[in-house]
Amino acid sequence: MADKSSSSQKRTSRFLVEATLIVISLIWIIPTIGVLVTSFRHSQDIFSSGWWTILPHRDWVEVSEIRLDESVDVDAPITIGDVTVTFEELRQGVEDGNQKLIWFGNKRTRLVKVQELQWKMFDTQLTLENYTNVLSGIEVRFKDASGAEIVRQGNNLSVAFLNSVAVAVPATIIPILIAAFAAYGFAWMNFPGRKIFFIIVVALLVVPLQIALVPILQDYTRLNLNGTYLAIWLAHTGFGLPLAVYLLFNYIGTLPRETLEAAFIDGASHFTIFTRLILPLSVPALASFAIFQFLWVWNDYLVALVFLGDKNRVMTSALAAMVGEKGQDWHFLTSGAFLSMLLPLAVFFALQRYFVRGMMAGSIKS
Amino acid sequence: MNSSSSSSQKQTGILVWIAANTSRLLISLFVPIITFLILWQGFLFLRDSNAPQIVIVLVSILWGVGGVALLYFISNYIIESLPRAWTYRLQPFVFVGPALAILAWFLAIPTLRTLRLSFLNETGFQFAGLNNYIFALTDRIMLEAFRNNLLWMIFGTFFCLASGLLIAVLADRSPFEKIYKAIIFMPMAISFVGAGVIWKFVYAYKGEGVGIQEIGLLNAIVIALGGKSQAWLLTPPWNNFLLIVIMVWLQTGYAMVILSSAIKGIPSELLEAARVDGANEFQVFFGIMIPSIQSTLMAVGTTVLIFSLKLFDIVRVMTGGNNGTNVIANEFYIQQFTYGHSGRASAIAIILLIAVIPVMLYNLREFRERRAF
Repeated sequence: MADKSSSSQKRTSRFLVEATLIVISLIWIIPTIGVLVTSFRHSQDIFSSGWWTILPHRDWVEVSEIRLDESVDVDAPITIGDVTVTFEELRQGVEDGNQKLIWFGNKRTRLVKVQELQWKMFDTQLTLENYTNVLSGIEVRFKDASGAEIVRQGNNLSVAFLNSVAVAVPATIIPILIAAFAAYGFAWMNFPGRKIFFIIVVALLVVPLQIALVPILQDYTRLNLNGTYLAIWLAHTGFGLPLAVYLLFNYIGTLPRETLEAAFIDGASHFTIFTRLILPLSVPALASFAIFQFLWVWNDYLVALVFLGDKNRVMTSALAAMVGEKGQDWHFLTSGAFLSMLLPLAVFFALQRYFVRGMMAGSIKS
Repeated sequence: MNSSSSSSQKQTGILVWIAANTSRLLISLFVPIITFLILWQGFLFLRDSNAPQIVIVLVSILWGVGGVALLYFISNYIIESLPRAWTYRLQPFVFVGPALAILAWFLAIPTLRTLRLSFLNETGFQFAGLNNYIFALTDRIMLEAFRNNLLWMIFGTFFCLASGLLIAVLADRSPFEKIYKAIIFMPMAISFVGAGVIWKFVYAYKGEGVGIQEIGLLNAIVIALGGKSQAWLLTPPWNNFLLIVIMVWLQTGYAMVILSSAIKGIPSELLEAARVDGANEFQVFFGIMIPSIQSTLMAVGTTVLIFSLKLFDIVRVMTGGNNGTNVIANEFYIQQFTYGHSGRASAIAIILLIAVIPVMLYNLREFRERRAF
């Protein structure tokens, strides 16, 4: 009997665990689903109803309309069917059984719409139009909730996407290359200042990058580098290097000494050993850091904002500009947001294993 | 006689070496110059060209990555063509030098330059004494930013750790652990700007009026529960907490993954023994799990703490720091790029740096204790 109660207790606790996890997961994922769904809806639908209305639900649907006779005094209580209500109440909508009466427009229209509560299934029209519009730089026309036409300049996100690629790929590979050379140097070479230089690297791990923005901006202005890819590659390289050197040193420094010594005895130079032996052996560590750095660069806003400005806008700054200019144009914002997440999410899910490993190793980073 | 012959031999040795290596020396001089010129031409082409964007993008990637690799190859080639002793002496700097140079240019020296700027006025030429620090530590705007950063650091860090720990412990007992973890972890791949759009849509507010349908999820829920819709992001001090929710949403995955692996590292005999002794799950959790993962909790907590100290993007995109939501990093940005007051901006940056110095010292002590060198 005691057994039975404990096993049922176990079942309840298991149920509670799953239920809590499901609730938390739903809370976590619903905001993203909302954006994803909205990005495929027509602008007019987005303005007039919440994205969740694409799910089956009961809603008021217009079934008929009543045009009031000229003789009816709209300022006095109005009788329609078997209800008597004022104009103000009608404007708010009056429920009568499963019917709802609602005044349409201003007093002079004399039009009352009759709505009924009906089940709506998946009948929403979905579209790819938002995506094609937001990717192009041409003028886009759309309608708001009241049907008024609005004209907006497209945001040319396809250009921003390519810019992001041009920024993120070299800004990932260059620091890895430089850091791998340095990590090898620190781990396997002897030179004066080796220890103090490495301590500086460790100290720089948590330095906030705000400290460097103003002086570097001055340098870039002097060198006429502002707004170029080179400027932002170098900046990301500088800010990513301490962690990269630290992580790769931890990895390369623990490679078996015998492997290297054997190669030395065979007369290989440091350079050959590094390119032929160490780099291939370090692929897991390089990949971990690469994903880390790629996501960081792709998702970075501050560095791009400061060093690229409006020239060569990347995805994040283009999206942020959209939030500023078109805060209510949800069809643009949602599709733009989803486009900006597409590549990092793909990289992330494809290489999650490496990413987690890199994160564990680098958990002291800022 | 013996010595003179040996010295003359040495001289001819050097002459022979020079003769034999003139071509090498010439190459060592010309190759870098030519490489540099080629790279520079590439840069000019990329900066000023009107070619189709896709071409520019591909050429840039090739130019950037290839250029760096090329510079390493060439400098190494030159070093290796020197006499052996010099190769041995100089090669470490081919390997470590570029990294050190970049760290110096982009982090170490800027720190000193920012320190200097923080004592100058907005033009960056005249000495301003401690004025910038007086502004940074006493101005009403800054005090508000400090208060908000404190909120971020306390509540953001607490909820990241708490929810990360909760999910890690619960998911450990579920057969669907991987799915839950992937869902919680997913926001880590999303930019703060993207997250800003996602949550701005959740908090969207249309206002009251006839026939207006709220399309923001939060307002829809509030209305469904019989409440009134709100302009959430405009109402202090609650808007701060709604912004903190975004950070918790983004960073819980990080805390969860690291804490989860720490929990899995606790020896199961320890937990079993406690359970056999009649400890209930709460006692096991607070009595054994928490103490066992204390150092991991500290590490994750510190990381999230520093993160919330430097937080910028979320506030910038969601509210721009208006309506009582300003934070230090945003005020830095405003001072530098809206008002062009580099003195004040630098003082703020120095304060951020001072705030992380304890963590820096801790890292250094850890490093020294591990004796990796």
